[in-house]
Amino acid sequence: MLDKNGIAKRIAKEVKDGYYVNLGIGIPTLVANFVRDDISVEFQSENGVLGMGPFPFEGEEDADVINAGKQTITTLPGASFFDSAMSFGMIRGKHVDLTILGAMEVAENGDIANWKIPGKMVKGMGGAMDLVASAENIIVAMMHTNKAGISKLLTKCTLPLTGVGCVKKIVTNLAVMEVTGEGFKLLERAPGVSVETIIRATEGKLIVEGEIPEMDL
Amino acid sequence: MIKKTVPNVESALKGVADGMTFMLGGFGLCGIPENAIAELVKLGINDITCISNNAGVDDFGLGLLLQKHQIKKMISSYVGENDEFERQMLSGELEVELTPQGTLAEKCRAAQAGFPAFYTPAGYGTEVAEGKETREFDGKMHVLEPAFKADFSFVKAWKGDEAGNLIFKGTARNFNPCMCGAAKITVAEVEELLPAGSLDPNEIHIPGIFVQRIFKGYDYEKRIEQRTVRKK
Repeated sequence: MLDKNGIAKRIAKEVKDGYYVNLGIGIPTLVANFVRDDISVEFQSENGVLGMGPFPFEGEEDADVINAGKQTITTLPGASFFDSAMSFGMIRGKHVDLTILGAMEVAENGDIANWKIPGKMVKGMGGAMDLVASAENIIVAMMHTNKAGISKLLTKCTLPLTGVGCVKKIVTNLAVMEVTGEGFKLLERAPGVSVETIIRATEGKLIVEGEIPEMDL
Repeated sequence: MIKKTVPNVESALKGVADGMTFMLGGFGLCGIPENAIAELVKLGINDITCISNNAGVDDFGLGLLLQKHQIKKMISSYVGENDEFERQMLSGELEVELTPQGTLAEKCRAAQAGFPAFYTPAGYGTEVAEGKETREFDGKMHVLEPAFKADFSFVKAWKGDEAGNLIFKGTARNFNPCMCGAAKITVAEVEELLPAGSLDPNEIHIPGIFVQRIFKGYDYEKRIEQRTVRKK
């Protein structure tokens, strides 16, 4: 079974040379730490920066340079700043190659919910609705089940949706799955996790065909 | 040269009144018009509608106006970690229109650029699209979103000149340029206010035509929400 860093490490393998990548808040942010350093990748943050670098050294923080999680960041050579309308022009106009975001629920048809629990919690959608409606390559990073042990991979989402039929791939602490239209197709198992464990933790339809390899981390 | 300078925040906010709609720049606490917000708190005007990506934190930014219940309605994309915002929203004290971030930015820009409305795929099939006109383009569904209408825009820039030209710094740019000229009156507060001719026209982000009043702000706190660093 993987921890949050393990999930990020596995997703980092999906990041290819020449990609512009948008990382959501939480586990997705960790992906940047595991991307190979022999490929060229630029990270976009929807608050208006392309070419994000690591956190600043102590004492060098600049309140005017933050990421979408409101964390202080640095920029790398080749970086640029822009306004929010242009930032979402990049996203809506499909100039960003890969979007990685978290979710509360994903349905087997690719629906995603991640912004609201009616009557209990409202975080707001932020840029998530714009991202999922336009991005062609969306990977969800999340735990397979919630804190109560209930599956987050469902036949149908129960929470208010963020987007419809948009998720392509899901990486959890237990598995890598592809959204196929017929259900979640199991591609890989996390180290030491059996197919039976994944089947039990998945409420939606899980397609298991042949031998399922263990993730190569 | 048409001069846009006003001496202070008091004169910059002349004309604000109960029940008005304001646009406020900033992302989290980054690039917020700190002086204008403080003055709105001081003036004690009520029943205002605020268009702003976030509502500050509990004790800073728009959170200060929320604390005093001066805001009737918030139009935002993210509540995030502002507990008072979430509490007022869930209890029904505060009217909230949550809007996807890109749609929020474009509704400002549309108002600035004279578009009455635009189609976007964001929010299609979700509760955000309920009751709105939808239309298919190239096999994909889109939602019709109207431009915002507001009385005042309050923006914060790094440098400005007497003609109202603005230059922003880093990610403090965010929604600020999109809100310039998007309301009846745009008020810009700047860290450095320079004589006309001091800024290179090639480097202006927002031309002064979109700004009605400009003043030199003071005492910027520039609070950091998440101070993240690495060791040397």
